[in-house]
Amino acid sequence: MARKLAYWIAGMAIWLLMTWTVEYQSVIAGAVLSFIAALIFGKYLPLDPGKLLNPRRWFWLLIFMPVFAYQCFKANLDVALRVLAPGLRLNPGIVRIKTSLKSEIARTFLANSITLTPGTMTVEIKDDVLYIHWIDVKTDDSELAAKIIKGPFEKLLARIFD
Amino acid sequence: MIDSLGWVFIIGGVVFNMLGCLGLVRFPDLYNRMQAATKSVTLGTCGILFGIFLLSGFSALGIKALVCILFVLINLPVASHALSRGSLIFGIKMWHKTVKDDFSKDRGEKPAIEEDE
Repeated sequence: MARKLAYWIAGMAIWLLMTWTVEYQSVIAGAVLSFIAALIFGKYLPLDPGKLLNPRRWFWLLIFMPVFAYQCFKANLDVALRVLAPGLRLNPGIVRIKTSLKSEIARTFLANSITLTPGTMTVEIKDDVLYIHWIDVKTDDSELAAKIIKGPFEKLLARIFD
Repeated sequence: MIDSLGWVFIIGGVVFNMLGCLGLVRFPDLYNRMQAATKSVTLGTCGILFGIFLLSGFSALGIKALVCILFVLINLPVASHALSRGSLIFGIKMWHKTVKDDFSKDRGEKPAIEEDE
């Protein structure tokens, strides 16, 4: 029930943002449509709705966003330099790392963040093991590799989602 | 002032998108190409959308651009993950200078790396 309510509110918020009007016909249509969507898909919401009300998690989400934007920008400069470098400065490989995150949504966000940070791309997740395609394998040691690849994300995501 | 900043973001985004396409041509195998396609295109597309937001401000168009940034950030990594996982399981080989392949090792298969030419 709480999941469906959270889904309804989120769907309504996205509807309002996308239409960007408070005309009553549009708002009513959005309320009805997101209610129907919430009835059908609400049970698939991967978040525990009780966690949504905790302001500390929202605070860490606010911290997470600039960190993520900076890492994402660094990733792009890195790949752009590799594209432009004469000869191919590549040393690729698939490495296995472990994560300590528990919930599925936190692992999903970790995988997405890893994909968008320098030279790494998540190929597969199995329980707490992630397989990462790394464009420049710097070390053979699994724990050191995990430390380099996960960067600051794992701690922040643990505070947001777990 | 804000208008010219918006144009800076749009031009920067186009440049990054172009670098991503160049990477698609230059990189040796599917997985490295996927890296170029995901990263440069993420920043490029987000830059263009953010430039549109700066140009049009808090209007219907600008807010749609901001929401689209969110969707791009969520969807691009998922798509690249699905494509690379699928092709790895299907058996597409990696470049011959690839260093290691833990994925095939853990599945008890030979590393999916091309033979040296």
